[in-house]
Amino acid sequence: MSVAPAEVERPETGERAVPDSPWVTIVWNDPVNLMSYVTYVFQTVFGYGKPKAEKLMLDVHHKGKAVVSSGAREAMERDAETLHGYGLWATISHDS
Amino acid sequence: MTGEDGSDQGSLEELMAGFRATSGGVTARFGAAQATIIRDLVGQIADLISEDWPGGGGAGPGAGEPGWPDDGPAGPDDLAAMIGLTDNTKLPDDPILARLLPDAYRDDPEASGEFRRYTEQGLRSGKVAAARTVLATLPAGGGRVRLSGPEAEAWLRALNDVRLALGVRLEVTDDFDDRVEEIAPDDPRAAYVDVYHWLAFLEETLVRALS
Repeated sequence: MSVAPAEVERPETGERAVPDSPWVTIVWNDPVNLMSYVTYVFQTVFGYGKPKAEKLMLDVHHKGKAVVSSGAREAMERDAETLHGYGLWATISHDS
Repeated sequence: MTGEDGSDQGSLEELMAGFRATSGGVTARFGAAQATIIRDLVGQIADLISEDWPGGGGAGPGAGEPGWPDDGPAGPDDLAAMIGLTDNTKLPDDPILARLLPDAYRDDPEASGEFRRYTEQGLRSGKVAAARTVLATLPAGGGRVRLSGPEAEAWLRALNDVRLALGVRLEVTDDFDDRVEEIAPDDPRAAYVDVYHWLAFLEETLVRALS
């Protein structure tokens, strides 16, 4: 990745409740999986529309990885398991 | 079935066309040599995934019903296998298996191990089942293949697993197309370069037919 992420200001205490368990599923770039296939998998697994699925696929391709889903840890583990079933290289991490 | 497709052999054009959508799913025609290649590679992946199976209490995905004890009283190991729990927590040593069954946490071996304990058997079973769908729907001598939606999905995942495995063996990187000429004609990998590219084309037509 060449572009640094924008600095995010932390909300002041009491201003807004931070969602619990902000876990994410990340898909990493690999040289074998076809771009069309990765897009298809994002559409099929997450029900994303083609534009969103394509954008995520291009993020994976150009930036090396993309966050494809977020939520509770258990849900992210299910997503990663499903993506492994499709042969995508997916990992889970805590979005800190 | 015969009829609208003409002769059983199919034209060269047809054999090189890959998949297309039909009203009920997808279809493609394969020559005998093409069918042999696909069946051989898909079978090898299924064997690799079933054989190198350290967990599962003896009822690995190679068994008829994945994760289900074949017979005999259910001991603790059998029960663990039934609910898809294994003792295995390590990334496989074989680089192909490591790619097909990757760690779920990048820098947390403990969490990866725990994830693997609960998911690896199901993942292996799913991959073997997909491979078996290909073997069950692709005649050994080639011919017309007609697939339902779920069968086509299984083909897609099985073909992709084969390509991932070939990618490991051929050491495919993003600049593979530039490096491919470095593989000498007498290198055993050379024959698989063409197969790798052909399977990519085939998979592309399958994705398109399903989209």
